[in-house]
Amino acid sequence: MPEIKLELPQDEEAPKVVNPTIFEMSVPGRVGVTFPEPDVPAAPLPESFTREDLPLPELSEADVIRHFTNLSHLNHSVDTGFYPLGSCTMKYNPKINEETARLPGFAYLHPLQPIETTQGALGLLYETQEWLKEISGFAAMSLQPAAGAHGELTGVLIMRAYHRSRGDDKRVKMLIPDSAHGTNPASSAMSGLRVVQIPSDARGNIDLEALKAECDDTLAGLMITNPNTLGLFDENLTEICDLVHEAGGLVYGDGANLNAIMGISRPADCGIDVMHFNLHKTFSTPHGGGGPGSGPVGVTAELADFLPTPIAAIVDEGDEETPPLYGWYSPPKTIGRVKSFHGHFGIVVRAYTYMMMLGEQGLREAARHAVLNANYLQALLRDTYTIPHGDRICMHEFVAEGHWEDAPDIHALDISKRLMDFGFHPPTNYFPLIVPEALMIEPTETENRETLDAFADALIRIAEEARTDPEVLKTAPHKTPFGRLDEVKAARELVLCCWLPEDMD
Amino acid sequence: MFLPHTEADRQAMLKTIGVERMDDLFKDLPACTTDHPLNLPAPFTEMEALDEIAATADANETVRELTSFLGAGAYNHYIPAAVDAILRRGEFYTAYTPYQPEISQGTLQAIFEFQSLMTALTGMDVSNASHYDGATAVAEAVNMAFHNFRGKRKKMVLSPALHPQYRETVHTYIQGTEIEVLGGDIPLDAGPEALIPLIDDQTALVVVQYPDFFGRIYDYAALGEAVHAAKALFAIHINPIALGLLKPPAEFDADIVTGEGQPLGIPLAFGGPYLGIFTARQKYVRKMAGRIVGETVDTRGQRGYVLTLSTREQHIRREKATSNICSNQGLMALAATVYLSLLGKSGLKRVAELNYHKAHYAAEQIAALPEFGLCFPQTPFFNEFAVRCPLPAAEINARLLEHDILGGFDLGSAYPGMENCLLIAVTEMNSRNEIDHLVEHLAEVSHA
Amino acid sequence: MSSRADSNIPADLKYTANDEWARIEGDVATIGVTDYAQEQLSDIVFVEYVLDEGDKASKGDACAAVESVKAASDVYLPLSGEVIAINEDLADSPELINSDPYGEAWMLKIKISDPSEIEELLDATEYGALSD
Repeated sequence: MPEIKLELPQDEEAPKVVNPTIFEMSVPGRVGVTFPEPDVPAAPLPESFTREDLPLPELSEADVIRHFTNLSHLNHSVDTGFYPLGSCTMKYNPKINEETARLPGFAYLHPLQPIETTQGALGLLYETQEWLKEISGFAAMSLQPAAGAHGELTGVLIMRAYHRSRGDDKRVKMLIPDSAHGTNPASSAMSGLRVVQIPSDARGNIDLEALKAECDDTLAGLMITNPNTLGLFDENLTEICDLVHEAGGLVYGDGANLNAIMGISRPADCGIDVMHFNLHKTFSTPHGGGGPGSGPVGVTAELADFLPTPIAAIVDEGDEETPPLYGWYSPPKTIGRVKSFHGHFGIVVRAYTYMMMLGEQGLREAARHAVLNANYLQALLRDTYTIPHGDRICMHEFVAEGHWEDAPDIHALDISKRLMDFGFHPPTNYFPLIVPEALMIEPTETENRETLDAFADALIRIAEEARTDPEVLKTAPHKTPFGRLDEVKAARELVLCCWLPEDMD
Repeated sequence: MFLPHTEADRQAMLKTIGVERMDDLFKDLPACTTDHPLNLPAPFTEMEALDEIAATADANETVRELTSFLGAGAYNHYIPAAVDAILRRGEFYTAYTPYQPEISQGTLQAIFEFQSLMTALTGMDVSNASHYDGATAVAEAVNMAFHNFRGKRKKMVLSPALHPQYRETVHTYIQGTEIEVLGGDIPLDAGPEALIPLIDDQTALVVVQYPDFFGRIYDYAALGEAVHAAKALFAIHINPIALGLLKPPAEFDADIVTGEGQPLGIPLAFGGPYLGIFTARQKYVRKMAGRIVGETVDTRGQRGYVLTLSTREQHIRREKATSNICSNQGLMALAATVYLSLLGKSGLKRVAELNYHKAHYAAEQIAALPEFGLCFPQTPFFNEFAVRCPLPAAEINARLLEHDILGGFDLGSAYPGMENCLLIAVTEMNSRNEIDHLVEHLAEVSHA
Repeated sequence: MSSRADSNIPADLKYTANDEWARIEGDVATIGVTDYAQEQLSDIVFVEYVLDEGDKASKGDACAAVESVKAASDVYLPLSGEVIAINEDLADSPELINSDPYGEAWMLKIKISDPSEIEELLDATEYGALSD
């Protein structure tokens, strides 16, 4: 029977334990939550199947609350500070969303209940679909995918299914810009498509000549993020979509950056055929420390038959006296379901709440102010940091280079680590790949001017420190609960559980 | 509201940018911009929105108002209040993925503890930080097995008693690959050894469920041996509550153990967000998709945690990554971690026993009714069982609903020929009274 | 170091533009990754072979992947042939690639099937002159 408690070495080089794990805190006999005695006779247990031991920790409720509360204090979060992560849209997460998602009428609903008992939920799903369609211009939607990458896989499979349904089995080539998020090529590869990279031109747009060269009858489509990961609205978007369509391909839109264009531009109107949304970005649902997200997919009418099954729909129109009856619809050429049940309903409720509160005007103002905030920051930093396309009005984000010729030892990583000493989460690092030492900065619309000024000041001060006191950057952060962590050690000496696998034998 | 800008703010900012009006920021956009307002409602204040949405919620009847015996992959379990108390902490739920470990140790340590709890429950060596749900965890196991053999073995054997929605999901995921799925037409009462003839040197993976979709418990040792004799991988999909009682699937020599973690402190919520569990043997750690947290030290000599083995993931490998997964189910993994911390060794065992005893009481009472019987009377089960009824399950459920009872899952909707069969789940949330009422109303049905 | 010219480039080896080296001894080639490659990757944490002993493969086929904390790089065969040996030490000690890329961190040995391909490889001077 393996020891649950970690035996820390007694020598002075043993790492200091800031917070013991639940296993280390465990004391035999402690219980957090008790349950009633059975109110039915005990049935004989299946002897050959009962387990001998259950190596779980034993803690009181107060132990558990204190432990996780203390852990929470070690996190930066939107509720505690600024998070200018490019392409993540770390906007404020409204607390009302947490109330609506937890309404018992939603929280206690089993997904397989008969539709007569779930009309409220079905109606909410339906209306969310309608609103997202209106925002984007698409004809049909699925709310089933669990996250953006999941939505991408769904969208790419739809494209593939569409071509094959027309006998176009040769169309296996997917074009992906060099500025794309890694999930784009990964999703394409998972769908059996061949990835071909398309360069960006000097203005940060997709290189039209390179695109034209790839437009042939093996083209399945192009995956485009618009605005792109440089924060720029592609100046040739409609031409790009036309070129792809003329060659018989489809255009996939990665909707990660939708926050810049809600109410301003509708992707379907620009020629995009299929797009995923990130509810946990654009629509204020919380990031959760790494999910859950939600990645609905919108398509044009031509692709509607291929959406995943099932989709919330009106199954009986009703009349003046009876309301419509909501139920489930299975698209006739569906690619199939992409997960169990209906998708992340709890996340959809939050997005629905947000869209209802913002309304038509609010969604557009959110986008406009996201763009205002990003341009303001870009203007404040333009003279201190190289911003490759800084001469253009950016959209909701921009990319700066985190290095200077006269500070050769300083990299984007060092700037990021030092930013934490000023109470800011660093911007996205090293993405997009086409900008060296990239710092992708997206403030979002929910940040006030004082925060933006403080952030710009911090970055300007760091730029000075890079020349006058580079050591303070190289050894940053200094004021956070933890210093830089040894990632090489973590990868070379894998410890992935509270005890080592060999101790289990 | 959520926009902090005053008119003065806007003016000052526009001046710094060097434009006159907000509209100037958009003047360079190409032609495909929207020139008319969207057809969406006007804004609601928080008060009005809550009113409206609460009415929508009230238009549902939930497992609180109705007595529920519905399972089939989502279960009505008790969620201790302390779980949500932690989940509602803004430092957890409004945090981002822990890419900057110096300011994310809360999230990272919680994930590390989650990984440890999953390996403790399943008996496996390593766990990732979660997948979207049980269905996609199984699909990723298929993916992993395919890449493990570098595409040279293309056959995946899936038990017909693996959740129908999981099998559907696998079919969706493999449509762009050369993977072939077998096992769908093996008879349901044939037992796990019936899969053995399907295994050959082209088999990459064999997948079974424990307890299976029908709630049945099987000894998979012989099947595991046959899988390994063919040098294929063996995956077992579990219900984590059952593992409070049942021996861990590691004892059947599984290489991969997946699971649906919704029963661990996560609400039914009309189907999601749920929690995909993914664990494996140590030697497959680099082939596992998803985020993984590892232990290390910081520059100040403190023990800490980081995301590790990132080079498997999409942001590094891009089209060579074996999976595209980015966001996972971080907050739901935290829910499971808090739930298991609260229940602990004795609590989880007690919940599992309650489920077991109540389900067996229900099964015994129902089987004693004339014209009703258990579909698989010889096989042990956990908290779910299939019942043969004198009428179609759909009709039985309709009648039960009139008495505010959600009957079981209509098995005919997933398995042709089982239209008269109901899959009934009983959890610690069902009192003896409720079970007696169910039996009473079922008895009425056969007399009507 | 910032360019190949600054790195260690033994004169007696052959090289590719993808930073692999080959030591030719009769009809056996020993293959690894160069000093410049290990420096670009920084601390190496894992090596994965995609070919096994006995496999016959062609010039340009992927034979291994080398992972550091931040990057993963594919290693391609500089020459066609049959794999006759794989360095198992790298499984436990991937850091050997950083400390001794041309000696203890050899990755595999092949029996050369097409000697004419040797001329297509770069010599030390040509390799050092490659731009980044």
